Amino acid sequence: MTRLGDLERAVMDVLWDSVPATSDGVTVREVADALDGRELAYTTVMTVLDRLAGKGMVQREREGRAWRYRAAASREAHIARLMLDALDLGGSRDAALVRFARSVTGTEADVLRAALGAQTGRTDRVDDPRAARARLADEATDR
Amino acid sequence: MVFAVHFTASVLACWLAAQVLAASTWTWRAPRVAIVCWQAVGLALGLSAMGVPMAWGLAAYDRPTGSALLALATDLGHGTLPVGVGPVQLGLVVVGFGVGAVLLTTTARSVHATVRAQRRHRDLLTLVARRDPNVPGALVLDHPSAAAYCLPGVRPRVVVSAGTLDLLDRAELAAVLTHERAHAQERHDLVLLPFTALCRALPWFRWVRDAHERVALLVEMRADDKARELHAEASLAGALRRFAACGDRITPVGALGVGDRDLDARVRRLMLPDRPPRLIGAGALALATVLVALPITLFLS
Repeated sequence: MTRLGDLERAVMDVLWDSVPATSDGVTVREVADALDGRELAYTTVMTVLDRLAGKGMVQREREGRAWRYRAAASREAHIARLMLDALDLGGSRDAALVRFARSVTGTEADVLRAALGAQTGRTDRVDDPRAARARLADEATDR
Repeated sequence: MVFAVHFTASVLACWLAAQVLAASTWTWRAPRVAIVCWQAVGLALGLSAMGVPMAWGLAAYDRPTGSALLALATDLGHGTLPVGVGPVQLGLVVVGFGVGAVLLTTTARSVHATVRAQRRHRDLLTLVARRDPNVPGALVLDHPSAAAYCLPGVRPRVVVSAGTLDLLDRAELAAVLTHERAHAQERHDLVLLPFTALCRALPWFRWVRDAHERVALLVEMRADDKARELHAEASLAGALRRFAACGDRITPVGALGVGDRDLDARVRRLMLPDRPPRLIGAGALALATVLVALPITLFLS
């Protein structure tokens, strides 16, 4: 993993794990403080957040002179996206993944699509991550 | 005239060869030979599809298509066309180039879409997948569904889901990881690429989709063979069975049903190993060489 990828991951972890879904985002300073152990320069954190915004991974809103950042979608939604690709359910074969074997139940596929759809809608994102996680947990016990 | 007939015969031979390859089961015992044969058929078909209209348009020159094209270029430069080369004939030559252009652009577009989708996938993996000491060299996705796959590329990634770790025992997992690494090492994504592009260019031809599916299955069998060199057959077959058992066999999507049949075929050939068919394999390779050589020599002479 590249150093930049490593940093992006650390920043996303802060946004996913330390920021409550109800908050309206965090500032660069708050992210830098949360990454205290790494001793990163303020500008480095800002660059990483900027890159992530460019990739559509984070959303930002201006508040006074500073930007407030929050994750565009939950970690669960991204995992669901990858799994849909992996199981060839995404409707596109563009990723050209070679898979060992495909095995998924109809309900599993529905849950994956729901986890993704709820997030890309981005309307009621407040309780989506938890709902998706609960559904996935149900699915795990079903099997 | 005679060259146009040659090209037409070549198209028919390719179509016939594809039918025979799709129906044969010796290919399962020699997946690598069969993959080469499929590639030869694909290449020969593409060249012949370009050649047929060109050769009909250039029939008046009465020489091989390559030198006839050169002669036509010279004549066009001088502004004098021989008798028997009119707008219809020129149109046919243009159609021939058009076929080639369509094939090239669809392949290019397919490559472009693939590279973009893979980069997106790779970026997301960097953010959400984790490493696990139990599966060295692979990334783990925390999800209860079972999936194991390879993201191809210069720096390939082998990915398994948490559901797969629950599903398989240690030996089965090791066999699956070797299988995935074989895909990455032999760049099976590049093997499949032209067939995926053909499916895009000609989505209404059932046999093109069939060819794609056959090659995809052969690629899996080839990777199974690589895994079998290092691990016991039983582990790999066991992993396949477990994947099949936890999947949904009753499904409205037709493609999944095919996947199930293919899974059975893969398990069967692992449990009943058979010697590779050397004679048939050699014969098939010879035929494939002739198939490719015919349109190439017509274009080059």
